[in-house]
Amino acid sequence: MMEADGSVLRQLLVERGVSRRAFLKFCGAMAATLALPSSFASTIATALSTASRIPLIWLEGQDCAGNTEGFLRASHPTVAEIVLDVLSVNYHETIMAPAGRAAEKSREDTIAAYPGAYIAVVEGAIPIGEGGIYCTIGGRTFQSLVQEVCGKALATIAVGTCAFDGGLPGANGGPTGAAGVTAIVPGANVINLPGCPMNVQNLTATIVHYLTFGSFPATDSLGRPHFAYGQLLHDQCERRAHFDAGEYVLAWGDDGHRKGWCLYKMGCKGPETFANCPTVRFNDRTSWPVKAGHGCVGCTMPRFWDQMSPFYRRLSNPPGFAVDVLADQIGLGLVGVVAGLAVVHGVASYARAHAGAAPAEEAPPLPPPSTEPGAPPPPGGLPGAEPGPSSDAPAPESPDEEAS
Amino acid sequence: MTRIVVDPITRIEGHLRIEVEVGGGTVTDAWSSGTMFRGLELILQGRDPRDAWVFAQRACGVCTTVHALASVRAVENALGITIPTNARLVRNLIAGTQFVQDHVIHFYHLHALDWVDIVSALSADPAKTADLAQSISSWPLSSRTYFKGVQDKLKTFVGSGQLGPFANGYWGHPAYKLPPEANLLAVAHYLEALDWQRQVIRIHALLGGKNPHPQTYVVGGMALGIDPNSPTALTMRRLSEISELIGQITTFVDQVYLPDVLAVAGFYKDWASLGAGIGNYMSYGDFPEANSGDPRTFYLPRGRIMGRDLTHVLPVDQTSVAEVVSHSWYTYVDGDGTPHHPWKGETNPRYTGPQPPFETLEGSAKYSWLKAPRYAGQPMEVGPLARMLVAYAAGHPDVKKAVDGALATLQVGPEALFSTLGRVAARAIETSLLAHRLGVWLGELEQNLKRGDLAVADVSRWDPSRWPAHAEGFGMEEAPRGSLGHWVVIDHHAIANYQLVVPSTWNGSPRDAEGRRGAWEEALIGTPLADPERPVEILRTIHSFDPCLACAVHVHDPARGVSTLIDVV
Repeated sequence: MMEADGSVLRQLLVERGVSRRAFLKFCGAMAATLALPSSFASTIATALSTASRIPLIWLEGQDCAGNTEGFLRASHPTVAEIVLDVLSVNYHETIMAPAGRAAEKSREDTIAAYPGAYIAVVEGAIPIGEGGIYCTIGGRTFQSLVQEVCGKALATIAVGTCAFDGGLPGANGGPTGAAGVTAIVPGANVINLPGCPMNVQNLTATIVHYLTFGSFPATDSLGRPHFAYGQLLHDQCERRAHFDAGEYVLAWGDDGHRKGWCLYKMGCKGPETFANCPTVRFNDRTSWPVKAGHGCVGCTMPRFWDQMSPFYRRLSNPPGFAVDVLADQIGLGLVGVVAGLAVVHGVASYARAHAGAAPAEEAPPLPPPSTEPGAPPPPGGLPGAEPGPSSDAPAPESPDEEAS
Repeated sequence: MTRIVVDPITRIEGHLRIEVEVGGGTVTDAWSSGTMFRGLELILQGRDPRDAWVFAQRACGVCTTVHALASVRAVENALGITIPTNARLVRNLIAGTQFVQDHVIHFYHLHALDWVDIVSALSADPAKTADLAQSISSWPLSSRTYFKGVQDKLKTFVGSGQLGPFANGYWGHPAYKLPPEANLLAVAHYLEALDWQRQVIRIHALLGGKNPHPQTYVVGGMALGIDPNSPTALTMRRLSEISELIGQITTFVDQVYLPDVLAVAGFYKDWASLGAGIGNYMSYGDFPEANSGDPRTFYLPRGRIMGRDLTHVLPVDQTSVAEVVSHSWYTYVDGDGTPHHPWKGETNPRYTGPQPPFETLEGSAKYSWLKAPRYAGQPMEVGPLARMLVAYAAGHPDVKKAVDGALATLQVGPEALFSTLGRVAARAIETSLLAHRLGVWLGELEQNLKRGDLAVADVSRWDPSRWPAHAEGFGMEEAPRGSLGHWVVIDHHAIANYQLVVPSTWNGSPRDAEGRRGAWEEALIGTPLADPERPVEILRTIHSFDPCLACAVHVHDPARGVSTLIDVV
């Protein structure tokens, strides 16, 4: 049963020698991630120090365990560990001690002892083709496990893009009927944290929000929390000034690349991606792909494996300066079609039948690059339409997109 | 005969089911079944080969980055690209860091609980644990007070009644042999390793933008801005940060991981004669220390050892690799037992197992989503043990010295390496060697930058218009779990075929057309089982291979009802 006096976290803080100051600093960082006023830090601190341990069942289906590994890399090590210790991770195949029947007992015991009072986490897609035989655990289909565990949970967190909408196994050509949690358990209380993998800081913040306010943070129409997926990556990017100035990387290792110029012409999907990577970063806020030198691949977006690839093809129509645009507004046309397709795809469409239904502004992803027309130039008025000062750097090896 | 089923095998990546038959308290036969399929090879068809690494990297998030490397190597091989020095060294640093971090996580968080009884640690005398710790290492966290603190935390945790991931473990099982003070030492280091791994993997973020799934690879090199004088690129300050992290890596490996493995092994010497398996070992070799791509320049050498004969190191030729699907849930157009080289590989899924829910795969001629790879028709074991054996037999000075040192400490001969315990020890030895090599590669990178060479990629063939109409390539690599190969066929600038033959497919292979078992299946035979309801001994040998099933997918076959079923599922 849950702790009655609710002092588990306070105990843990003392035991681990975490100062009150360090704890409050963590709460402040969480408030910032959640885009709350800094005064909420004390509300969060109060909530966390009185929280009880909530049981958690973490299911893995058609996954690569990338989100699990992200979970193990939670930054602010000591404090985040404590926050995660507020959860009792009763079932997680990658880390749990028991195997086989004993492992399944851990799952069954949790469902029986805490009906409607545990949190489910789902990592990986759910294959529903051929009756679910593409993923079985203990002789049961993963589909039936997700339906049982999520159906009886207090809430479900779908971590990573595969659990969001089928992700990689659901990409064009995937034969297994891979789908996301929402499509499989339509009635469940699900929050989606897409990303490949998700940023663990967003998972921690979501849990902290739940413990503080008793509910998940506000989400967009796809169930993604606004605090993490409400802003265009492009608008938060540290290379944005170079985009505005028309300073682009034109070849890997060129002068612009060494100086940290904009990666838009190398195919960066930041202008159409909603995520907080530039501000939250990864691995204890060390870096993120664009900072390191490679474009964004748009991994938080619906069906990104098909919609955002080829990854090195320049976006044809970036939104430019629309800094106040919201995911729901920009995405609805594109996303509504795609989300509908994802469900259909999960049920019946195994091949590339829907490739032709891709949004009009993006060519179908599959034809080889040689047959693609060059990406049309950006609309007039955008700095991207003209080569920037970097054009004096010779770019004989410029990507094929430059041919247009 | 009694059939025992263990599904899910936990503390691995992916979905693995093991079925064994037991007679006289010993495993007499075994079947390894991968129970998840995604179809990555089919999804890659028709796509831009330059995108392939982003897809392929998602084969696995535990051994993250390794499939990205194999993929760019395969495409570079197809297009005839030689990457520049900086890219080679950065790739070595990313891959080497992955090896070290992955091996340490494997030992403490995936494997240790097969040897360490957490509950027993509650009754340890912290003073004796301190004595033990100080007798094997100079690691500073070794006082009585420190271990008392760890034990108190553990008591609080157990006292809460919510054991979380440790509930229903096989605690108190008679196969656990460590004294309480050693168990407490291991628990302390389990926790320390959790903190250590997330700190040191920042090397991947510095060089690759993030971990898991670093994102700076490109066909031709690395998309990493390098300029000592630019504040936004890989600067000298970041290089010195990496140097500091490498220092933390080597210290922990030398003072905690390696001594712990040797100490634990000393209590389990009976496992030096169990779990040997098929006795054929293969390493593709890796960590190029020159740009030519010649395997003779690799830090870890390429080679094969057949039938445990350490006097001959045989060559490895990628054209001898082939897969069959006689016992796998796939079909081949020209017959399931016909060997297919990966360039001619097919992925046609066709499930013929029992309809779920099911209790056993007994009676299913086909029983796994893993194909059966063979080298010149023979099953092979790959991984740290294979690498260390090939290097040892080839007379590699660093490996010879480290292996002989470990054997002397444990007072056993080289034959003890052919075992479950041999795999555990080989992994730790390899970790130490690679941890120290990281500093060498970083030093070379710094020297190269000081010479003014800032090139990160050969982009002369970035534009597909410069590609031939048809190209075939392969990327061979040593991943932490063993020999990894990607094969690609490019037609008219798009992927026409893409096949992955990965370490856990070699090791976890089902039977082939001739009925020969894969490495896990063979290694389980002869395993004693003290309590079939709690088969910790099966976990010991399976975990010693460090299975990784998402990568790999890419217990006989008699009439139903012959055996009694004990469902340990």
